Parts: sequence; structure tokens; C-alpha cells
Amino acid sequence: MSNESEKGYLYFPGCSLKSTGRAYEESLLELFRLLDIPLQELDDWNCCGATSYMGIDEEAAFVLGARNLSIACQTPGRDLMAPCSACYMVLRKTQDYTSKYPQVRREVEAAMKRADLPMPGQVKIRHPLEILYHDVGAERLKNLKKRNWLGGTIACYYGCQAVRPYSDVDDAYNPVKMDELLRAMGVQTIDYCLKTKCCAGVLTGTVPPVGRRVNYILLKEAVRKGAQAVVTICPLCQINLDAYQKEISAESGERFDIPILYLPQVLGWMLGGRKKELAFHRCIAGRRYLNEWLRETKEEEAYV
Amino acid sequence: MERQIRYQREARPAWGAEIAKLPGCERLYSCIQCGTCSGTCPMSLYMDYTPRRVIALIREGFYKDALSCRTIWLCASCYSCSSRCPQDIKVTDIMYALKREAIKRKVYPSRFPTPVLAREFYRLVKMFGRNSEFLLVFLLTLKTNPLGFLTMARTGIALLLTGRLSPKVEMIRDAARLRKALEPKEVA
Amino acid sequence: MSKPVEEIRIGVYVCHCGTNIAGMVDVKNVADFASRLPGVTVSREYKYMCSDPGQELIRQDIKEHRLNRIVVASCSPLLHEETFRAATAKGGLNPFFFHLVNIREHDSWVHENRQDATAKANALVHAAVERVRSHKALTKKQVPVNPAVLVVGGGIAGIHAALTLANAGKKVYLVEREPTIGGHMAKFDKTFPTLDCAACILTPKMSSVKSHKNITLWSYSEVSRIEGYVGNFEVTVRRQPRYVREDLCVGCMECIDACVFKEAKFPNEFDEGLGKRKPIYVPFPQATPKVAVIDPDRCLNVKTGKCKKSCVASCDRGAIDFTQKPEDRQIKVGAVVVATGFKAFDAKRSPQYGYGVYPNVYTSLEVERLVNASGPTSGEVVLRDGRHPKTVGIIHCVGSREEHTNRWCSRVCCMYSLKLAHLVKEHSGAEVFNFYIDMRTPGKSFEEFYQKLLKEGVHFVRGKVAEVNDWVLDPSEQGKLVIRVEDTLLGTVRRIPVDMVVLGVGLEPHADAQEVRRLFNISCGTEGFFLERHPKLAPVNTFTDGIFLAGCCQGPKDIPDTVAQAGAAAAEALALIDSGHVELEPNTAYIVEEECSGCKSCVPLCPYKAISYVEDKKKAVINEALCKGCGTCVGACPSSSIKQNLFEDEQVFSEIRGVLADV
Ligand SMILES: Cc1cc2nc3c(=O)[nH]c(=O)nc-3n(C[C@H](O)[C@H](O)[C@H](O)COP(=O)(O)OP(=O)(O)OC[C@H]3O[C@@H](n4cnc5c(N)ncnc54)[C@H](O)[C@@H]3O)c2cc1C
Ligand code: SF4
Ligand code: SF4
Repeated sequence: MSNESEKGYLYFPGCSLKSTGRAYEESLLELFRLLDIPLQELDDWNCCGATSYMGIDEEAAFVLGARNLSIACQTPGRDLMAPCSACYMVLRKTQDYTSKYPQVRREVEAAMKRADLPMPGQVKIRHPLEILYHDVGAERLKNLKKRNWLGGTIACYYGCQAVRPYSDVDDAYNPVKMDELLRAMGVQTIDYCLKTKCCAGVLTGTVPPVGRRVNYILLKEAVRKGAQAVVTICPLCQINLDAYQKEISAESGERFDIPILYLPQVLGWMLGGRKKELAFHRCIAGRRYLNEWLRETKEEEAYV
Repeated sequence: MERQIRYQREARPAWGAEIAKLPGCERLYSCIQCGTCSGTCPMSLYMDYTPRRVIALIREGFYKDALSCRTIWLCASCYSCSSRCPQDIKVTDIMYALKREAIKRKVYPSRFPTPVLAREFYRLVKMFGRNSEFLLVFLLTLKTNPLGFLTMARTGIALLLTGRLSPKVEMIRDAARLRKALEPKEVA
Repeated sequence: MSKPVEEIRIGVYVCHCGTNIAGMVDVKNVADFASRLPGVTVSREYKYMCSDPGQELIRQDIKEHRLNRIVVASCSPLLHEETFRAATAKGGLNPFFFHLVNIREHDSWVHENRQDATAKANALVHAAVERVRSHKALTKKQVPVNPAVLVVGGGIAGIHAALTLANAGKKVYLVEREPTIGGHMAKFDKTFPTLDCAACILTPKMSSVKSHKNITLWSYSEVSRIEGYVGNFEVTVRRQPRYVREDLCVGCMECIDACVFKEAKFPNEFDEGLGKRKPIYVPFPQATPKVAVIDPDRCLNVKTGKCKKSCVASCDRGAIDFTQKPEDRQIKVGAVVVATGFKAFDAKRSPQYGYGVYPNVYTSLEVERLVNASGPTSGEVVLRDGRHPKTVGIIHCVGSREEHTNRWCSRVCCMYSLKLAHLVKEHSGAEVFNFYIDMRTPGKSFEEFYQKLLKEGVHFVRGKVAEVNDWVLDPSEQGKLVIRVEDTLLGTVRRIPVDMVVLGVGLEPHADAQEVRRLFNISCGTEGFFLERHPKLAPVNTFTDGIFLAGCCQGPKDIPDTVAQAGAAAAEALALIDSGHVELEPNTAYIVEEECSGCKSCVPLCPYKAISYVEDKKKAVINEALCKGCGTCVGACPSSSIKQNLFEDEQVFSEIRGVLADV
């Protein structure tokens, strides 16, 4: 285990993890508890601005990011974990732009002054996937393993923003860290060539036919390649793949009912976590499979 | 019949040059029109102009088409184009720049929901410091497609049942100071 | 007896260079300014000083006004220092009484304010006028040239250069790293645009190399050290052991049959890994020299010492010799032609095309072997899974024109992709799609070749392929590779299912180009190809005299251009050798013997190893022939006993005084 994970991390949940993505937060907190890594929620954090702010007012978008970073810098010495890929990307982009473009930096400085907030210093923004891969490591996860995964083959879906510019999580086209972690834990994963194709983001809400078609393609290919569940690392990916399977089935005439899980749910389960704490009950699709796969036997419970 | 010709007097190359000065848009003129951006874009098949053509429109100064096209509102900000462009052009950021320009000039497609969502989101966050997905969906549907409530219902109910959608609005403690920071620049 | 003090009479000439200088510098003002400086007898401005009348002006003024110092303010010394030195000499003066001031590259071209530029020109001229007073008469040293030439790299470039030189009667050493010469061209079936058989035109040249009495061919060898200077290089060549004696082996290949490995199971590099070979092998039937070679990483005996060595017994000439060790050969040459060629772009660096993931994605070089009658499939286009492709997609510009990989256009890929489209179609009857960004066909008969392909019914889609993968949207895509691309001419995205993908990988410098560059003391451009001295006027010269470039090591090019360049490099080498001697710039350092304390601190500092220490005199001496005039030792000598011609203290200080005089 690395130094960072002994110190623990600052934790930026973001709006989604408090609502539609609650299962992500709950399972993540449980996983880190099982790993004995302290997390401290960023005090009075604000929305990261997501993809919408940038399209209306760039300065405001960076100010939102800068305020969060500024708060993070008041607790120095710890990395800032941002599990939502959109938050992760926006916070990193804020750092990138304020350091590369003097014009942006000046504007942000002025705004921070207006609000009487210090300009943020350097804080390292981390994604949980990359923390689990580098700081925790497959070895430690394997050592802590309490259960086998009975849930069949998995498609690791990385989504887009976690691996694109400003990120150093993994390769932008062919990321493998999630696959490697799960394979190390004895889980079978498919070669999923759509693993970084976008889930359509907010378009599922604003232009539903387009959004649903995109998710139809993602699900169909995962199933075709033999996946029985999809594992994600972003609340937007999760909801898009999870919440519309009924509509997608109706529209395509093909039946989709496949669990869409968060990486910490799967890992947490294998480390002996409880169903409830890992928030499996918040899944919409594929519930009957989950009931079958996740059996908390007496012996297993003894581990927890 | 519609005439298919563009007169040079309609073009404002200087406008394109202005766009290229914005942060993130600086490599715009390096585009070799290879189409990688469009080919990798998950949304391009719904766009009226592919991302590559949008770049060409900006460069040649056809600002009307570039600002009023559906393309920029279909962009999901997945950054696929930006990470694949052989010329390292930040196509996503150029899309953002056009969105901002279009909103500033009020030329976006009127009932198209994406800009409406963006605006409502902007307002909510400015007010509370956080986003309420419940309120956002409510406002959006109200403004663009009142009948859409019916089709949204199933998903909404599923989310409510799994505890993933709550009508409660979270507000940050220091919302007042945040609002100050977000105020337009009059102080500066 | 003290010499009578000579009266200094300086002539100053300010050149307009058309508008190049006069457009930004007030040349009249400069000439007037110079005319008022002490010692200046004549000061003129003139439209083109480098023209015949301009040079004549200098000659006449020397005669008429008894000038004994000349200053010309014009362009860079790289261009015209020699011109004006010659004009000075014509007037009867020692050419080193001349000094050139650069008011073009250093002044008019880089400034935007006329007044400032003029002031700078004045200052520079003032400096030269001060400096030139203390110039001395110097003479250039002549050194004889060794008439042998070293050619490094045995691709078509090296082969052609070696043969040209050898046919002119010069001794040539050809050093090739691989077990055989031939380079990339030997792997091709046909060559664009004429589609003539590569082997038919190349192998005769390869065997001439082998049999030429003036050529010593060392394959499986590399240059490990080179010292000396133009006309007199001392080279060490390291010959790797091939465990087969070249003087005895006749290439009968009995040993290969006899090898304890019954199956050929190791990828044959020559076949891009598509064919297999044994630990002992001959890369291909026409390999030159046709001598077997043992791969030390595969041979049981070399690796473990435990093998029956049935190869040894099978050779009745006793050619197999496991006692061979690396061997160093020392040679002396007057000139070097570097012709180390290129490396194909590693397609794995563009993961979106699935090379190494999907077995039916090939590189162009692999397909060259597939369509080759003497290749691993005897020219049949069969996929790795044994199927015959019905549709094939050829992707241009892989790794080229990209910020993340190589920025340059590799120049031959459009043409070879057209060639491969033709050959694949001819050999398999498949439907072929070419995906290109811009179709680059600028050579002789190239556009006509493109026209031919258009008529053959090959599809041309203008667009850089975004990705190749195997996801299925439509039943027609099942079991296929799907190419996703924007057809930029149609303005829509297309999905095209194919059985085989061919990646038109670009050309890039060898991984060890930087080491080779340092070895030969030449430069690389930003892309890593070796840099020519001047892109237009000295395309085969390098910044190191006596070292010439040929072929793709200087930049991507096709075979016709490679051969033309190799001929040019050979001609330059010949010109150097046939002049019989080289002249050395006299700007060398020398040690004032009486003042040298023998501290030796200068000896290790000289980058050219020109300083040695003479034990019995207890003094250091500088070999003028090796000194490049860098001045390192001059600055370092603690007793100031090293001086340098043209950079004597008095000259440097007066130059500084001059430039600062009017500040
Ligand atoms: C797929 C493909 C198809 C092509 N088809 C055509 C075509 O149809 N027509 C055409 O005109 N052109 C074609 N070309 C271009 C052609 O290959 C080049 O123009 C030509 O090979 C250049 O020759 P060269 O001698 O400069 O380099 P190379 O062929 O690369 O030869 C260089 C030689 O130097 C040796 N070497 C390298 N480093 C060292 C070292 N340090 N010491 C000693 N030896 C060394 C190498 O082993 C090699 O033998 C094609 C290129 C490719 C990639
Ligand atoms: S990928 Fe880049 S270079 Fe190619 S068309 Fe798009 S913006 Fe232009
Ligand atoms: S960022 Fe936008 S334009 Fe670019 S690929 Fe994604 S959706 Fe398409």
C-alpha cells in the first residue's frame, strides 16, 4: 500500500453521487472502509459545473472548479479523489487551463478575490480507479479477498471523460486497468472494444432517441461478446446504461436486463462487504440476477 | 428551389480568427480536414454538420451556419475527437466556444432541449451551489416538452423507488460568496 | 630588428543585397559612418557586392588606394566569406586581411525598426574596422586525402553509392548491420509506379557488390568508432560472429536441413515474421553474401552448449565454427557515405487500428511479403486464419501527419498503398478500399498510376480512418473488421466491413539514429532524420566535411530519389578524393611553447582530441590538422599560453571596443 493511501484522501463526491449515483458513493465508502483507507469529504464543496457550464460561461465554469480546489488546498498534503468522471475531468481541466492560459488565470483570480477566497495551490486530483490500481494495488486487493465473484463475465466500461485529455488514469483508446484489477481478482472480463465510447451523457435526457440508441449499441455489443454485467466508474454512464433498459428493449425488440454495477460494488463484495452497504438495491436493471449472484451465506458473513 | 452557393460576402474570416484566439481553440487553423473527429464522434451521425465541417465553417468565417447548427448541441463532450485529432486540435473546446457564442447571440435552435438544460443547470448551480437533478429534469421538461412528462415517468419512478431521485434541494453553506465569485465581471 | 609600422588603409563595402539589406538598413548612412572612422581609406555601398563588378571593386581599390585591410558588410559568412576572400587575394592581399560583417541574417532580417537596424549595422561595421587592423597574414594548410570510402548501410542507397564509387576505381568498404544487404527493397515484390519486379532490378546489383574487386563487403557488422577528419578518417568496424566462416560457406544450406530443430519455428525477420526459419538460416534465397548465419538467441549450442551440433557434421567444408568471437577491423578512409535507411512506424502506437489485437490487421511491409512470389505464401493472399479476403481496406498515413506520433508526410505511403491495392486485387480478386487524407502523387508517372487504379475499380474514400474494430451493428458486419471513417467527400460517417486491414505505416528514423549521429558527428533534424548541410544547395553534405548522406536516413523518399541521392553522394565523395587534398581553415589554436607550464589541463578538454602532451619537452602541442578552432582550450589555459588564429586577444578586444564605441 502506498503512502498516499495510508494518509487517506480528500473526497469530492459531486452532485450525482448524492442523488442518482448514490450507489457509487455508498459502495465507494464501504470499499475504502474495508480497505481501511480514510476518506474526508471536502467541506462545503460546490457543483463542478459538469459539461453544461463550459458551454455557457467558461469563466464561471473554471471559478466553480477553482473554489473546490481552493477548499482542498486548505487541507494540504492529501490528494483529492473525484469519483465522477465529469467532476474529475472538469477539476483537472480547471488546473490545466489556469496554468496554461494567463487570460483564464487572471479571470479566475479576479473572481476568487471578489469572493474573498484564496487562489488554489497545487493539489493532485485522482480518480478512484487509478487509486485502486496504483496506491492500493491488485496484490493487496487479492490478499483481502473473501469471496469469489459468482456474477459471470463482465464488460468493463470506462466511459469517456475519465480517460481523455487532462486525465492520467489510463490510455485514451484502450484502457486496461479495470480489467487488470478484476482479472487479478479472478473475475472474467470480455474484450470490450466500446469501452471508451461515450454513453451520450446528458443527451439521454435532452434528446432521448439519440441517447437511447447510443446505449442500445453499448449494451448490445457487451451482450454479444458474452458479458453478463457491465461495470462502470462514472455515475452518468451507470444511469444511462441502467435506467433505460426497458425503453431500449421496447424500441429494439431485443430484451435487455443486465446489471450495471460500479467497480467498488464488485470489489467491495469480493472483499466481504454487505449487499446493503454496497447499495446493490439501487440497481434498476438485472435485479433478478443480482439476487442470484449475491448470496450472503452464514460463513461468508462471519468474515465481515 | 434553394440555391446551393456561398457568396464570399457572407463569410467573415475575421470572426474565425477571433474564435481561434479563445483559450483551447488556438490550433484551429492546423486542421487538415481528415475527418478523424467525425469518424470517432459517437454523435456525428445525428449532426447536420460533422465536427470536421464545423471546423471548416469557422475557418472560412461562415459564422451563421457554425452558430446555428445542431451539431454543437449534440456534442456530448466526450472528448473523443480531441484525443484522436492528429493535429491536436481541441475540437470539444471549440464546440464549447461555439455554444457560448451561440448563447451570447441567441441564435441557438429555440426548442432544442440541450441549450435549455444548460441554462437551467447554470441557474440552479448559481443559486444553490449544487445541482438538483430532480428540479433540473422538471424545469427542462416543462420548458421544452411539457408532454414529455409521461415518457419520463417510468424512469423517474424507477429512480424514486431505488432512492436515487429526491426532491430535496441541497444548498451549500457559503452560497452567497460563491454567487459573488460567479457575478459578471463588473467589479474587475 | 623591428618591422616598420605599416600604415593601416581599410576599405569598407556595404552591400544592399537588393532590398534584403537596404530595405531595413540605411546603407548610405552606414557607408558614410564608416568613412569617418580612423584608418578607413575607402568606404562604399553597392547593390550586390557578390556580383562580378562588386568583387572587381575590391580588387581595383586595393590597387588604386593601396588598401591593406578589407571589410565587407553583407550576408552570412557561410555564403560569401570565400567569395570575398578570393576577391581580396585577387587584389594581391593575403585573404585573411579581410573580414566579413553579417548585417543581413543578424540585422536587416531580424529587425523591424530602420533606425535601430542602421545603428546596429554601424556598430557591427565599427567593430570589424577595429578588429581587422590586427589581422595577420595566414595560409591554409593542405592535407592529402585517403582515396578509400566507407559506405554505411547496404540498402539500395548504400549499394548504389558503393557501386558508383567502385566503378570509378575507388576502394569501398560497405558495412551492413544485417546478415544480408538489400534493405527494404529486397522485401518488395513489385515497385511503383512501373510495377517492375524489385528482385529483378535489385539482385543483379547485390551480386555485383559481392563480386566487385574494389568492394569489401562486411555484413553483420557495425561501425563502432570513427576518428580523424575529412580526408583522413580512422574507422573501427565490429564484425559480429555469425558462427559460419564466410570464406568457406558456399550457401548450399545442408546445415539448415541438418539442424536439430526439425521444424522451422522462429519468425523470419525478413518475412516480417510471417514466414518461419531455424536458428541457422539464410534470410532469403538471394541473400548477399549467401552465407548461413546462426542466431545466437535461438541456437541451442550457443545458448546452452548442449546440442548434438548436427550442423557442424553436415557441412563437408567445415565452415561452421562456434569459436568465432566479435572481431574489430581498423580501416582508413577519406570519405564516408551514411546510408542507414529508415524504420517502419510501429503500428501498435496507433491502438485505434487494432494491430496486434485483431490478427487480420497487417502492416504494409507484411503485405509486401504476402504478395511476393518468393514470400512465405508464395504470393497468395491468405489471412492469418487461413481465409482468403473478399474485402480489403488499406489505410494511408498510419503514424504520419500526426502530432502524437510523426508529424511529417512519409512521402511514399500513398504510392505504395496504390501499388498494394493493385497487387492485392490482382492476387486475390478482393474488393479494395483505400482510405486517404490527401492523395500525394507528385513523382514522374505517379498521377498516371493513380488514374490506372481509379479505372481498376478500387474504392477511394477520402478520410482518415477513426477506428478499426469488430463490433457488430448490422448482420452484414458479423465476423468482419469494421472500418469507421468519415467519407469527407460525402460528408457522412461510414462503416465499412472488411476481412483484412492493411496499415500504410510511415517511415521514421531508426531507433538508434541518435547514437549513429553522435558516432559520425553529424546532426539530426527535429524529426530525427540526419540533417543535410543545406536543404537545397547541399542536400547530400553534412555539417561535418567528408561525411555524406544517401537515401532514407536523410528523410523519407522513394527508390528513384534514393538512387539519385546515392549517386550524388558518391559524386561528392569522388570530387573530394580526386581533388587529392583538403584545405584546412587556419583558425586553429597554437601553443606558445615558452609560456606553456605543462599543466596538461587542456589535454582532456579538447573535444577533437587534437592536444597531446610531449613528455620529454614537458609541453602540450596541438595537432593543427585535428583542431577545429572551437577555442575551448584557449579559454581554459591557466597561463594564457594558448592562442588562436583569427581570434587573438587583440582582435577580440578591439572588436568589442569597436562595437561599444558609439553606445
Ligand atoms: C511498404 C513499403 C513499400 C515501398 N514500396 C516502394 C516502391 O514500390 N517503390 C519505391 O520507389 N519505393 C518504395 N518504398 C520506399 C523504399 O523502401 C525506400 O525508398 C528505400 O528502401 C530506401 O532505401 P535505403 O537504402 O535508403 O534504406 P533501407 O532500404 O532502409 O536500407 C538501409 C540499410 O542500412 C542498414 N543499416 C541501418 N542502420 C545501420 C547501421 N547503423 N550500420 C550498418 N547498417 C545499417 C539496414 O539494415 C538496411 O539494410 C516502399 C517503402 C515501404 C515502407
Ligand atoms: S480530426 Fe482534427 S485535423 Fe482531422 S478534420 Fe477533425 S479537427 Fe481537422
Ligand atoms: S466531444 Fe463532441 S464533437 Fe467531439 S467526439 Fe465527442 S460528441 Fe463528438
